[in-house]
Amino acid sequence: MTDRQRQIWIDRAAVTAAWIAALVFFFPIFWMVLTSFKTEGQAIQVPPLLIFEPTLENYLEIQDRTNYFKFAMNSVITAFGGTLVALLIAIPSAYSMAFNTTHRTKDVLMWMLSTKMLPAVGVLMPIYFLAQKFDLFDTRTLLVVIYAMMNLPIVMLILFNYFREIPKEILEASRMDGTSTFNEIRQIVLPLAWGGIASTALLSIILCWNEAFWSIVLTTTDASTLTAFVASFQAPEGLFWAKVSAVSTLACAPIVVFGWMAQKQLVQGLTFGAVK
Amino acid sequence: MNPTLVRWLQAPSVVLLLIWMIVPLSMTLYFSTIRYNLLYPERTGFIGLDNYRFFATDPAFGPALINTLVLVGSVLAITIVLGLAVSILIDRPFRGRGIARVMLISPFFIMPTVSALVWKNMLMDPNNGLFAAFSNALGLEPVEWLAQYPLFSIILMVSWQWTPFAILIFMTSLQSQDQEQKEAATLDGAGFWSQFWNLTLPHLARPISIVLLIQMIFHLSIFAEIFVTTSGGPGVSSTNLTYLIYIQSQQAFDVGVASAGGVFAIILANIVALFLIRAVGKTLTV
Repeated sequence: MTDRQRQIWIDRAAVTAAWIAALVFFFPIFWMVLTSFKTEGQAIQVPPLLIFEPTLENYLEIQDRTNYFKFAMNSVITAFGGTLVALLIAIPSAYSMAFNTTHRTKDVLMWMLSTKMLPAVGVLMPIYFLAQKFDLFDTRTLLVVIYAMMNLPIVMLILFNYFREIPKEILEASRMDGTSTFNEIRQIVLPLAWGGIASTALLSIILCWNEAFWSIVLTTTDASTLTAFVASFQAPEGLFWAKVSAVSTLACAPIVVFGWMAQKQLVQGLTFGAVK
Repeated sequence: MNPTLVRWLQAPSVVLLLIWMIVPLSMTLYFSTIRYNLLYPERTGFIGLDNYRFFATDPAFGPALINTLVLVGSVLAITIVLGLAVSILIDRPFRGRGIARVMLISPFFIMPTVSALVWKNMLMDPNNGLFAAFSNALGLEPVEWLAQYPLFSIILMVSWQWTPFAILIFMTSLQSQDQEQKEAATLDGAGFWSQFWNLTLPHLARPISIVLLIQMIFHLSIFAEIFVTTSGGPGVSSTNLTYLIYIQSQQAFDVGVASAGGVFAIILANIVALFLIRAVGKTLTV
């Protein structure tokens, strides 16, 4: 075999291996979606069914049987609410840090990141205590506050990186024209950093949506998000895999799509800006 | 901008994060030194380090600590090795690469409670699960994954969720590798392994250390997967530190002991965090 032939075979093997890996990793998701179109009987059939007549029954009955929309609403409100609050706090701060960088700026940002290292379980008791004290237990307000603070450091860091890419000259020119700081943010910084802010928001929404410690520990019914709702199916009260699969598929679909869209920002955000 | 305005713009984020850090932290420290059990509200008072002693001598503490370390260590080893292999495979162009990439990173966006349920029921269930069907087809006895190998099962689930994270980071980082350098090496007759050791691995050194540290932070507090699948059992065989503290607070109602456990978790996480912050700090150009 010539070197060229050998190289072709190696390439083919590598591509095959890549596809096998892709199929293996995607399989559980595929299986979940597939199961959501089965009847409950088909879902637990042995040996498992691969070909069957799909039914939409599970999706149509979700709301009748499980109050799905209440939990979905809670997820939407807490994820978007927490993200919005974090952005409102972070935009002015990150903006002023990016354009008035001092020798302390880096230390401040690193300190902010370090608050993210505090394990949730380490502050479980105080948060629990405070939640009871202020009558916030099992409320969406509480989750919004926690999610906002949880994501604030990451949001700050990514926005800081984005704002720094705005050429200083543009701002200086506008200042010569006597633009106020508020207008400067609104008319120049926001439009220029819009893409960055949107993708930062996307990352924050993903992290909030999938958060599964505080939502399980701090809610019972009223404010439960989808993560907590899905967790409630853990009790072996009977087999309803098809229905659970439908719920799970609906709960995950939007975030998986968001994730595909925000890949690049995700890398930056999840590595705290260290890999771009 | 004038300095006063700068301060006012930065104040909210700094002050809020300071409160978010200091208040719960000092409360945890305070609770950990007093007698505070919701079942016995009449017992109060300062007891020094007794809660710590109680937590550390709990028969579940040793196993939980070991489980935590095994869980973190195994998941790290699996995700880094697999992540490296797959990201190198996917680095070269081929038809449908975009689709393969999307398939590979998708598990990372599935919420932890959902992936735990999918694995527990549809894959690992000894009667109706897919793995059992495979065993049956091969004429083998189906394995009761969560009862026989609880910790291993959780390691599998978590690795499934986090290998995509490693792939995503390594994939992105590989794109910035100097292609000309690689071509030159190929022309010089450097084989795959020699290129891997001398070019690719050094290029990925930083991303690898970042992935290691970030995963450690997250894996030290794995909760939902255990909560949904094994509830820490059988016995304490799949209980980690986080879950043990959760049990102390939710089932024993012992705020003092749970807080002492919380301090343990904070110390453990901070040892890791110290390294992470340093690694990140090096890359932040200010």
